[in-house]
Amino acid sequence: MSTHAATHDDAHHDDAPKGFVHRWLFATNHKDIGTMYLVFALVMFFVGGSMAMVIRAELFEPGLQLVQPYFFNELTTLHGLVMIFGAIMPALVGLANWQIPLMIGAPDMALPRMNNLSFWLLPFAFLLMLSTLFLPGGAVAGGWVMYPPLVLQSGESLAFTIFAIHLMGISSIMGSINIIATILNLRAPGVDLLKMPLFVWSWLITAFLLIAIMPVLAGAVTMLLTDKYFGTNFFNAAGGGDVLLYEHIFWFFGHPEVYVMILPAFGVISEVIPTFARKPLFGYKPMVYAIASIAFLSFIVWAHHMFTVGLPVGAQLFFMYATMLIAVPTGVKVFNWVATMWKGSITFETPMLFAVSFVILFTIGGFSGLMLGLVPADYQYHNSYFVVAHFHYVLVTGAAFGIMTGVYYWLPKWTGHMYSEKLGKWHFWLSVISVNVLFFPQHFLGLAGMPRRIPDYNVAFADWNMVSSIGGFVFGATQLLFVANIIYTVYFAKARAPARVWEGARGLEWELPSPPPHHSYSTPPEIRPGMLAHEDAH
Amino acid sequence: MPRPRTTRILRALALLAAALISLPAWANPEHPVPWQLNLTRGASGLSHDVWDLHMAVFWVCVGIGVVVYGALVFALFKFRKSKGAQPDTRLTHHTVLEVVWTTIPVLILIGLAYPASRLLVYENDTNGSQLTVKVTGIQWMWRYDYISYLGRPVDKVGFVSKLAEDSNVARQEDGGVSPWSVVSKHGVHDYLLDVTHPLVVPTHTKIQFLITAADVIHGFWVPALGWQADAIPGQIHDAWGKFDKPGTYRGQCAQLCGQDHAYMPIVIKAVPRAEFQQWLADQQSRTRIDRIARTAQVGAAAVPQG
Repeated sequence: MSTHAATHDDAHHDDAPKGFVHRWLFATNHKDIGTMYLVFALVMFFVGGSMAMVIRAELFEPGLQLVQPYFFNELTTLHGLVMIFGAIMPALVGLANWQIPLMIGAPDMALPRMNNLSFWLLPFAFLLMLSTLFLPGGAVAGGWVMYPPLVLQSGESLAFTIFAIHLMGISSIMGSINIIATILNLRAPGVDLLKMPLFVWSWLITAFLLIAIMPVLAGAVTMLLTDKYFGTNFFNAAGGGDVLLYEHIFWFFGHPEVYVMILPAFGVISEVIPTFARKPLFGYKPMVYAIASIAFLSFIVWAHHMFTVGLPVGAQLFFMYATMLIAVPTGVKVFNWVATMWKGSITFETPMLFAVSFVILFTIGGFSGLMLGLVPADYQYHNSYFVVAHFHYVLVTGAAFGIMTGVYYWLPKWTGHMYSEKLGKWHFWLSVISVNVLFFPQHFLGLAGMPRRIPDYNVAFADWNMVSSIGGFVFGATQLLFVANIIYTVYFAKARAPARVWEGARGLEWELPSPPPHHSYSTPPEIRPGMLAHEDAH
Repeated sequence: MPRPRTTRILRALALLAAALISLPAWANPEHPVPWQLNLTRGASGLSHDVWDLHMAVFWVCVGIGVVVYGALVFALFKFRKSKGAQPDTRLTHHTVLEVVWTTIPVLILIGLAYPASRLLVYENDTNGSQLTVKVTGIQWMWRYDYISYLGRPVDKVGFVSKLAEDSNVARQEDGGVSPWSVVSKHGVHDYLLDVTHPLVVPTHTKIQFLITAADVIHGFWVPALGWQADAIPGQIHDAWGKFDKPGTYRGQCAQLCGQDHAYMPIVIKAVPRAEFQQWLADQQSRTRIDRIARTAQVGAAAVPQG
C-alpha cells in the first residue's frame, strides 16, 4: 500500500483546488479545514495571550498603572472566552480534522460541506465578539461565566457577545456531529471500535459531550438576552426569578466543557508516550473506560463551582463525593501513562518532552482540583488566585501543552518536513520553566487571600505577583519560538520527513507518505498485522 | 556520586522540609503578609478545623505526588534508549494492577471525605448563635445591620462600610500617592484592606451572618473566619463564625461585581464582650438621638413659612 500511495505523492499538489477562494473559502478537504482551524487557533492564542500580557503587566505591582478597572474586567472576560472558544477548542478540532480520517483509514470527514461551515462560522463569531471592544460602553465585563445580574449591566455588547456564542455553539455542534458520523461510519474494514487509537476514542466521547452541552449554554445565554431586552425575569429576583438558576444551567454546560478541553489532549498524550517509549500503550481498555467514566461524571459535578452559594448541605455532600470520584479515572490515566514508559526505550524529542511535562504538570492541576473538591477547604480557596492557578495548570500545562505535543508530533506528517529540534527544545524548556514561575506562585497568592479578577491589590501580595508577571512575560515571548518553528517547518525546512516519522510510531497515519496526498484513502486501506497500534488490545 | 554532594543535597532537602513544616508561622490571621505561602489558620476553632483539613489533603497530595512522580522520574532515567534500554513490548496490560490503582485511590478518598463531611455539617449549622448580623453587598460597599444580640433584637444599628479614604486616594491612577504609603495606626500596610466603618463583633461569641446583596452577586470573604459566602440578590445565605482573640481581621469581596470589585474590602474588628456591649449601647442611643433630631427637623419644616 505504501508504494501505491507513494506514486500519488508527487501528484498530490495537483489534486488541491487552485486559487485562494476555491482552496480555502470553499474548502471541503479535511486536511485544509484542519489547517485553517489550527491557524485560526494560533491567531486566537496570541489575541488571548496579548490580553493576558496586559493583565499581568497591570498586576506587576500594586496601584493602577496601565488600564482602568472596567477595561481590566473586559480583558479578563475576553481572555477567558477567546482562549476557551477561540484557541483551545478550535485547535483540538483542527487536530481532529487532520488526524481522525488518517487514523481510521477514512477518505475524508463524513460531512465535508458541513465541515466547511463549522469552520467559517468561527472567524465571524470572533470578529463579532472582539468588535465589542470598540462599542460604546466597551465589551462584556462580567467574567467569561457572564453571571447575571452583573452581566446585564453591560451595554449593547451583550447582544453581540451572545450572538457570537450562538455561532460558536452551532459550529461546535456541527463539528461534533461530523466527528461522530465519521468515526462511526467511515472506519476502514478491520478498524474496530476497540482497535481505534486513543485520540479517536477521546474525540468520539468529547463530541457526544459537546452535543449534550452546547444547547444548554445557548439556552442560558438566550435567557440573558430576553432578560435584558424583552422584559423577562428568569434571573431577576425582584421579578420572581432566580439568580442561581443561571449558575446551575451555566455550570451544567461549564463543567463538561472543561473535559471537552482536556479529553482530546489526553488522547494526544496517549498517542505520543507509546511512540517515544517504543512500547504499546499500557492498559488500552482501562484508558478507554477511564475517558468514558470521566465524561459521565462530568455531568453530575457541576455544583462544585457553586459550593459557596449556600446550597443545602445534602447537595454539597453529593457534589463533593461525585467530584472526588473524578480523581479515580483521572488517576488511572496517569498511572497507565507511567506504566507505558516503564520498561520502555525512551527518547526525548520535543513532542515527548511536552508529553512528559503534561503528565507532571496536569497532575499538579489534578491535586489542586482534589483540594478544591473538599467543600470546607473550597470555602477558603473559592474565587481566589488558588483557583486561577488550578485551572491554568489544567488548561495551559494540560490542554495547551497537549495541543503543542500534538502539533510537534504530527507537523512532520502534515508538512513533509522536520521541524527544528533545537528550536523545539528551546521552546519547550523556556515554556516549562516560565509557566511554573507564572502559575505556581498564584497558589500562594490565593492562599494568602488574594481574590481573582482584581486589577489592584494590597502590598502584601506584591512580591509573588511580580514573580508571576515575570514568568508570564517570558512564557508569552517564548511562544513566538513556537510560531517561528512552525513557519520554519512549513516554508524553510530542508529535511524531508519519512512516512514513519518516529521510529516507534504505530498506526495508520504513519503508513501514508509525509505529507499525505491531498486525497488519502480514496479506497479503504487493507489492514495488515502490525499496522494498527492496538490490534490485540486488552 | 561523591559523598559531600549527597550530604549537601540532603541538607537542602531537610531545610526545605523544615520550611514547609513552618508554613503556618508565615501567615497572620488578621491580614496577608509579604511572601506568604500558606493559608492562615484563622481566628477560631472552626477555621483551625478548615486549616487542618486543608493541610491533610495537601499532605495526601504530596504523598501521592512522591509515589507517582518518583515512579515517573525513575522510569525516565532508567528506561532511556541512550542507556541501551530495550522495550518490553509484551508489557501492555495487567488487570490486577488496574484494580489496585483504582481501589487504593478510592480508599484514600473515603479517608478524606469522612472528616470533610463532618466539618461541612458542623460548618453549616448556625444553631445557638448569640449575635446575628445581616450583611448586604452593594456596588461597591458593604452594609452591616445588627439584628439581634443574646436573644434580644437590636434597635436600628446599621451602617455602610466603604473603602477607607487614604486607600481611595492612593488607588487613583495619577494620584501620586504610593500604595506602600498607606499604613494603619498599628503599622499594618492596609492599602485596599481598610474601611470607613469596620464591622464590630464580640470575641468568643458564635456569630450568625445573614448574607445577601442589593444589586449583583458579591462574595463575603474574611480568611480568618475560615470560609467565604456568596452574597446573592434575592437569597439569604446563612453562615457562622467566631473570633477567639481580639483583632482587626481583613478580607475582600471575592465575587466579581463590576468596576470597583477590588475596592470593597471587609474589615471585622473583634473586641472583648464587655467592650462590644458598650459599643452596641452607644450605637443604639446614637440612633435614638438621631431619630429625635430628625423628628424635630420634620416638625420644624412642617410649620408654615411666613
